Amino acid sequence: MSITDFLTDLFNPDLAFLPKALAIAVMSSIVCGVVGCYVVLRGMAFIGDAVAHAVFPGIAVAFVLQGSLVLGGAVAGVATALLIAIFSQNRRVKEDSIIGVFLVGAFALGIVIISQAPGYAGSLQQFLFGSITGIPDRDLYVVGGTGLVILGLVLALHKEFVSLCLDREMSRAMGLPVFWLDIVLYVLVTLAVVISLQTIGNILVLALLITPAAAARLLTDRLGVMMLLAPTIGGTSALVGLYLSWSYDTPVGGTIVLVATAIFLAAWLLAPRHGLLTKRMRRCRGRESADVVRSSSVPDLTRPQDPSASLR
Amino acid sequence: MRALEIDGLDVDLGGRAVLRDVRLHLDRGELVGLLGPNGAGKTTLLRAILALTSTRAGRVLVEGRPSRPGRSEIGYVPQRHEFTWDFPISVEQAVMSGRTGRMGLLRRPGVPDWRSVGDALDRVQLTELRRRPVGELSGGQRQRVLVARALALAPRILLLDEPFTGLDMPTQELLGRLFTSLAGEGHAVLMTTHDLVAAVDTCTRLLLLNGRIIADGHPADLQDAELWTKTFGVSETSPLLKLVRAT
Ligand SMILES: Nc1ncnc2c1ncn2[C@@H]1O[C@H](COP(=O)(O)OP(=O)(O)OP(=O)(O)O)[C@@H](O)[C@H]1O
Ligand SMILES: [Mg+2]
Repeated sequence: MSITDFLTDLFNPDLAFLPKALAIAVMSSIVCGVVGCYVVLRGMAFIGDAVAHAVFPGIAVAFVLQGSLVLGGAVAGVATALLIAIFSQNRRVKEDSIIGVFLVGAFALGIVIISQAPGYAGSLQQFLFGSITGIPDRDLYVVGGTGLVILGLVLALHKEFVSLCLDREMSRAMGLPVFWLDIVLYVLVTLAVVISLQTIGNILVLALLITPAAAARLLTDRLGVMMLLAPTIGGTSALVGLYLSWSYDTPVGGTIVLVATAIFLAAWLLAPRHGLLTKRMRRCRGRESADVVRSSSVPDLTRPQDPSASLR
Repeated sequence: MRALEIDGLDVDLGGRAVLRDVRLHLDRGELVGLLGPNGAGKTTLLRAILALTSTRAGRVLVEGRPSRPGRSEIGYVPQRHEFTWDFPISVEQAVMSGRTGRMGLLRRPGVPDWRSVGDALDRVQLTELRRRPVGELSGGQRQRVLVARALALAPRILLLDEPFTGLDMPTQELLGRLFTSLAGEGHAVLMTTHDLVAAVDTCTRLLLLNGRIIADGHPADLQDAELWTKTFGVSETSPLLKLVRAT
């Protein structure tokens, strides 16, 4: 299908769910990209995973009660995030095993709950793998509003989050409320996960959090750039993924994640400074001009300095 | 008023006694070395001074007032491995992160913040590397980043946890001189170290710690071999004692 056909479909009133799905997928990918930067830099992917699984019973309950899925997932996810934050303050507890037990248990609970609802098989698949149909209008506003709140909090607390990721001990010494910052960060991760569930699905949502941020990390050594690149990669993946999924009739969540994965692989091979191929190419070129490289890579040792010069 | 005064300090960790009846003081202008074997409680003592660990008994007074986190008269330089070195951040931003607590919520770094960071970088001679990602620094340069981060708060008391570990002689010398000149300007400096030579060479006073304070005095007054065997649990024939006698 050509791009023009896709655009025609987007504006076709009979296919009103399509632009809605696109908007939600892009918005949630952008939010996940931003929040994912902290997740990747702090190595807390497991928390994203735990939360993604733990929202499932909440969604199941909401489904059975015909309530808002986003809301149900958010409540369950935030509860889990709080529990994890409390557990992980005590460093002697092996938190990953507790979380492991806990998240699978929660997932099992979700499956049992949802099996009580008639016609659950179809909806189960929807939860697990995402779908672009059947999104209520209300969700558009919920996702948009939640996304804005998340981005606002990130903007407001960025400096503190960075300090926390850099050095917990020092953050404590500076008097930062480490525990509360942990909780806010976990809740932000949860909300980002929850608003993405609709289109991406429960199983794949972690990819939206991790992959764009990891790809961005490969492309830059500057945090600010990374936090702009990650949402760009996420948003692009959502857009291209949805287009491909619509054209070739593939599952939307999987296609979006595959696009993001492809971008990650490309970054891994071609990143300007750390890419695998880039390094190899540079090494080949470096052999031709070895002298230049040698003299420019060790400036510190060649330049004598007087240690007392600036000790006023 | 003393920069730091600790009296009868007991600290338990995980149900075990780590520090007992620690008493020590620190004045402005002093550079004091805290020596002891692994597990002696050196880091724990620094954390107690920063009020990062709960104490069982005793009191810690910083400039006459009980210690609590976030008091900017103390600059802290933790061990190097506490810091996430692969974080995508430049040297000057890492140093700026030391002022996060001071700036307060919702504030961005202003001109005074950047001036403090610039001064701190000058002090440790990292000005030329200030835009370099911290992941691309050597061990010595990393240690200087951490010192600069502490200095960015313009603290009056400086606590350093093993600043010399893993550094070569020139870098140790550079840092040693920096600490000496900071003390000379009226800072109170307390540093833990396993480097006896550097400690004896640079410190105005040494504290020997192993769960409690075993000795407290000028390096020249700590010649008694028993103090050292008691602190470090080594035998009379240990090379450590040769080192002590040689200094
Ligand atoms: N969180 C903790 N829970 C229980 N025990 C602890 C904890 N942290 C440290 N300890 C114990 O407290 C004692 C003192 O530890 P500390 O880190 O203060 O030693 P140190 O003198 O700094 O040693 P090193 O030279 O190895 O850095 C050690 O026996 C250690 O096992
Ligand atoms: Mg220690």
